Amino acid sequence: MTDFFIILLSTSGALFSLLAAIGIIRMPDTYLRISVNTKAATLGVGLMLASAAVFFQDFAVTTRVQAIIIFVLLTAPVGAHLIGRTSYFTGNGLWKGSVIDDLKGKYNIKSHELESENIEDERKKRHSERTDQ
Amino acid sequence: MSTQDYLQYVIIPILVLSEFMVFIRFLKGPSVIDRVVALDLVVTIGIGIISIYSIITETSNFLDIAMILALIAFLGTVAFSYYLEKRNKND
Repeated sequence: MTDFFIILLSTSGALFSLLAAIGIIRMPDTYLRISVNTKAATLGVGLMLASAAVFFQDFAVTTRVQAIIIFVLLTAPVGAHLIGRTSYFTGNGLWKGSVIDDLKGKYNIKSHELESENIEDERKKRHSERTDQ
Repeated sequence: MSTQDYLQYVIIPILVLSEFMVFIRFLKGPSVIDRVVALDLVVTIGIGIISIYSIITETSNFLDIAMILALIAFLGTVAFSYYLEKRNKND
């Protein structure tokens, strides 16, 4: 029974890692590659670590595995967001098949600050109210 | 065929194949960002290889090294993104 679970978990983890590798080679765009890196690879590594926890059946090993899984789950989105932000600022274009670019015109390219349109409108409104008084 | 044999002759080759494919992207990558992402993925799949290898050799100490590798991969990504953004800002 234990062997069955080890084989199941490690096989699915290896297949997800293989899917991530195929994705990073076939995806047409930096942002799609970042998405592959965060989703498929994190799931694959988590499954393979879980298979190690099932194999050893030791409290120390299970705790270690849990710590690694939680660490990877916490840091993968943060790293992906940072690298995607940098990619947007350095002028990496989107794939030509991409439909929408929500950030277009909302990031200040010089100061790297996010300016949503609503905030800009509210600022203008407040400014006009002040000048009226 | 025991579980260890299955891991040794089926799972490890799949993981090594995926490492090779990520490495092709690392060499090809049109921009620096692609290379950073590929490096991150190399280390992430490396953690999986370490966990499988610790099952094969029945040595649980390797999992500590997997933890350190995860930490280094995250710090590397953060540092690369920070300095690449800064370099672009100064131009």
